[in-house]
Amino acid sequence: MKRLPFSGWHFVLAPLTLLFALPLVWLLISSVMSNAEINRFPPALWPDGIKLDGYRYVLGNALFPQWFRNSLIVSAAAVTANLVLGSLGGYAFARIRFAGSKLVLGLMLATMVIPFQLTMIPTFLVMKQLGLIDTLGALIVPALVTPLSVFLFRQFFVSLPRELEEAAWIDGCGRLRILVSIVLPLARPALSTVAVLTFLATWNDLTWPLIAINSDSTYTLQLGLTTFQGQHHTQWSAVMAGNVITVLPVLLGFLLAQKAFIRSLASTGLKG
Amino acid sequence: MASVVGTFTVDPRSRAAARRRARSEGATGWVFVSPSVLLILGLSVVPVLWSLLLSFQVNDLVSPSEWVGLANYQALLKDPAFGSAVTHTLVYTALYVPLSVVAGLGIAIALDRKIALIGLYRTLVFVPFVVSAAAQGVLFSFVLDPEFGAANSVLHKLGLPAQGFFSDPGQALYLLVAISLWSGTGFCVIVYLAGLQGVSSELVEAARIDGAGRWGVLRHVTLPALAPVTVFLLLFQTINALQVFDLVFVTTKGGPLGSTTVIVYFIWEKAFKTFTAGYSAAAAYTLAVALLVIGVALQVYRRTVNR
Repeated sequence: MKRLPFSGWHFVLAPLTLLFALPLVWLLISSVMSNAEINRFPPALWPDGIKLDGYRYVLGNALFPQWFRNSLIVSAAAVTANLVLGSLGGYAFARIRFAGSKLVLGLMLATMVIPFQLTMIPTFLVMKQLGLIDTLGALIVPALVTPLSVFLFRQFFVSLPRELEEAAWIDGCGRLRILVSIVLPLARPALSTVAVLTFLATWNDLTWPLIAINSDSTYTLQLGLTTFQGQHHTQWSAVMAGNVITVLPVLLGFLLAQKAFIRSLASTGLKG
Repeated sequence: MASVVGTFTVDPRSRAAARRRARSEGATGWVFVSPSVLLILGLSVVPVLWSLLLSFQVNDLVSPSEWVGLANYQALLKDPAFGSAVTHTLVYTALYVPLSVVAGLGIAIALDRKIALIGLYRTLVFVPFVVSAAAQGVLFSFVLDPEFGAANSVLHKLGLPAQGFFSDPGQALYLLVAISLWSGTGFCVIVYLAGLQGVSSELVEAARIDGAGRWGVLRHVTLPALAPVTVFLLLFQTINALQVFDLVFVTTKGGPLGSTTVIVYFIWEKAFKTFTAGYSAAAAYTLAVALLVIGVALQVYRRTVNR
């Protein structure tokens, strides 16, 4: 690797960025503290060895792993559905001419500006009519496809050169065949962008689960965490261990796919 | 001569087949888009209209509703709780939006250089953004806990008096702004960093040759080039700030003494805690119209800037 020059900017940047990291470092530290260390006054700022009591408590609790599973199911369903439905829709809007396509695309994009608060009460009533309230279905159905996913796929497909598909088209391949065997293998940036944004939105959501879910066996991690905090106020190490487990999948995903992640967020930002 | 079918060029000999293909193409198009279209329009247009109807009704989400016309809106105007929710939201927005955008720009400019560890610095600034508001809330409730929190522990070590933090009505709202800045500034940084890549280096060079100093380049070249990014961030951050909810729900539940009850918390409380859904829908419509006005105003401004 090329050595980069040292600069005076380090004296500004190092403390500044440390400030952003500090709360998360504290999250990790406090999750391995014993309750005695936390309940002391003033509380300890550094643990006396690593205690896994908090983690043991959280994972031994029957509900917590269940919440993790629920979050995973909802996020996996949302990511899969957004990739499938989003790429199908995006491809059709980009490449197939059909009556009304422009109007429908315009309408769909217009729905992006509707604030969730306006739709949350009627969406609750719709889900109630469908008998989905208090099931994971109530969390999955509204997350199946977003206009942003369709839009991102469309933008990507429009930018692909048509020549790639022409040979297959003349050979008599159907649209679905072309999409699956030619276009999608080239669409990794679009697929990862949609996957990342969908996962982030569903895994981190609190508002909708709070409205749609009542019984604690159907909670998601975020929802469970908020009630967990109230019930275990004196067990701060357990609350923090639960918090680490909630944050970790997103954090690991971010660190692994950092470049794609940042590019996708920055570009959606710039296009917005 | 060739005819164009769909978007591809085909041999004229197969014109009849092509016509058949065009018809089936249209059908294919609809088959491809219909799941997304039905879900998206179904779950947005229907609720938007339903919400409008609700806002003219008295409804508890269970028993049959009663039509009351504009009564909900009139009651909102007179409700001091709604008034203070609006005030709290505006204070939060007025602090969070400019601070996050200005700090984002400053940090992005500082990070826009090739020095050792720069990748690490960028990561550290951005990481809080991916942490959910629920996790942030739980974490800071602990850090700022008056008895067991690290914050008071540090203050104690420095010989400063302990603070009430979230239990102090005079501090709670400002703490929420601070936490949002911690997590939300990274987004502005990343978007500005991407924008800075687009600033023409020739223009910067030209300005340097014309004798512009660091401030001159920033003022006359960089900032104008970043104007579209700035407008986008102002719009994005404002819409987010006006809709803040999760963080409030986890940390203060609107308290102490209602000092952090923001509009969306008010809407949620009225619909799902006191079961006055019609009243809540009227508040939601008021917020939506405000967002629409801001959105349109910024779009108009953006057009004039770009012209």
